[in-house]
Amino acid sequence: MNGTLSWRRIRPAAMPVIGLAVALAFLWPYLVMLLDAFRPSGDVVTTPASILPREWKWTTFSEVVGDERFRAWLLTSVVVAVASTVIVVLVAVPAAYFTARFRFRGRIAFLFLVLITQMFSPTSLVVGIYREFFSLNLVNTYLALILTNAAFNLAFAVWILHGFFASIPKEVEEAAELDGCGPVTRLRRIMLPLTLPGLVTATIFTFIAAWNEYVVALTLMLDDSKKPLTVGINSYVTGYEQNWDQLFGASIIAIVPVVILFAIIEKHLVGGLTAGSVK
Amino acid sequence: MKRRGEASGPVALLWLGPALILIAGVVVYPAVELVKASLSRYSITGLRKGDAGLENFRGVLANESLGTVLTNTLVWVVAVVVLTILISLGVAQFLTKDFWGRRVVRWAVIVPWAASLVITARLFSLIYSYYYGTLNALLLKLHVISTPIDFLGDDRWIMPSMVAVGVFVSIPFTAYVFVAGLHAIPSDVYEAARIDGASPWKVWRLITLPLLRPAVLVATVLNMIYVFNSFPIIYTLNESNPGFGHDTTITFMYKLAFKSAEKDVGQSAAAGLFNVLLILVAVVVYLRVSRWREEEQS
Repeated sequence: MNGTLSWRRIRPAAMPVIGLAVALAFLWPYLVMLLDAFRPSGDVVTTPASILPREWKWTTFSEVVGDERFRAWLLTSVVVAVASTVIVVLVAVPAAYFTARFRFRGRIAFLFLVLITQMFSPTSLVVGIYREFFSLNLVNTYLALILTNAAFNLAFAVWILHGFFASIPKEVEEAAELDGCGPVTRLRRIMLPLTLPGLVTATIFTFIAAWNEYVVALTLMLDDSKKPLTVGINSYVTGYEQNWDQLFGASIIAIVPVVILFAIIEKHLVGGLTAGSVK
Repeated sequence: MKRRGEASGPVALLWLGPALILIAGVVVYPAVELVKASLSRYSITGLRKGDAGLENFRGVLANESLGTVLTNTLVWVVAVVVLTILISLGVAQFLTKDFWGRRVVRWAVIVPWAASLVITARLFSLIYSYYYGTLNALLLKLHVISTPIDFLGDDRWIMPSMVAVGVFVSIPFTAYVFVAGLHAIPSDVYEAARIDGASPWKVWRLITLPLLRPAVLVATVLNMIYVFNSFPIIYTLNESNPGFGHDTTITFMYKLAFKSAEKDVGQSAAAGLFNVLLILVAVVVYLRVSRWREEEQS
């Protein structure tokens, strides 16, 4: 009893301290990365290692942003991630809604197909993907990456949205149906606003997966100016040139948008996973 | 007249069409290409030279590294998934407590998920480095070790080092699934238990864990798939080591097609098919085992 009492007293102060420790446990590698971005590349690979830069260098970020190659990679990443996410939402919403609300022949087969797709990764199919886009003459195009990312993230989106649509009672739609609203109107006006958290969840998952996709981009995008960030920034450190500062500066720039996006929608995300998984 | 909630085939096609086209075009078609490639012989430049029958599959099965690669895959998937689930349960439990600054802590936990795996992998290859790694510098300074450890070169250390990174990047997603699951548990369930005087550990084991079961199931299956298919960590941290000594089936397959001396597209495709089969079987077995347990309990 005594223990509980004293814990109760120190809890308000102790919990944020533990929180800080947890936060640092997840952040420390990226703090090391930030420090590495603020020192000359040679200082990163000097023995013995020093935690703090021996010499500070403040120009890394302006160098990276000023680099034409970096801007081209950033453009690819933004175009590919945004376009894949838009396609996934546009394709997954009708499929999930329809399978959740209507009985028809092939419904189970379709849901099963989606489930199987979830188990395929672009990595295990990379040889087949390469051969397909090579024969379609789509190697080195945004379209190839967009289609691949959209297709492989579709399963998760359909799955989570299906759970959402199914969890909303049919009665909600019935009044509108009596008023003569067709399924498209009901979906747009009634169901989508109600399933906003699910939509947000599907969106962020797809965006992150597309933003960070590596293997397909590595294989399909051979033209340096067409590479996305994940692949492109690796050319800052190769056997020929070693710019660790720029590699890490560029990496930080690549992380920030995702974390900000996450911070904005975090509340919806938690709600989204709940309703989707528990039904 | 048709019963409500029923739909005809053509109408269904209209709603599902786009999804079907996307899946057929970018998942099924490459899978078929993969099967075709696995049955063909290729020149080193990737030109098809003719039928190979089952030669490629025999080639993969006869590869002297196959045993090592399969063992590595098993160790990698089991270790990463089990550790990830266990640690994430704790992290999620903490993240659902009320305290000052919780939002910021939640954002911090997200960062390893938001960062590209390649970037994190390269970062860790530097942190682990024998010569200028921060980790060795820190351990030496704290007198935990007297000589630096070759984390990425010493056979005993490579797998644990890779597993640590694998767990680190898998926790955020998993913890978020659990946070969502914990939020879904109604609070009156806990109040009843507290009135009954149950200890916190007992409450967690007898109430929280069973109610969290769907979330654990989902997180385990998704993690199995992601970890099995994980490429950048093993590929990057293992870069300096020759051969297949520390590869999993995924990097093994990739190296067969694009990095090995032979550049054997046919064998790589065959290995890819084995990969798809492996993960299918693993997931089905896992689902069977967990359902079987559920029936046994009730």
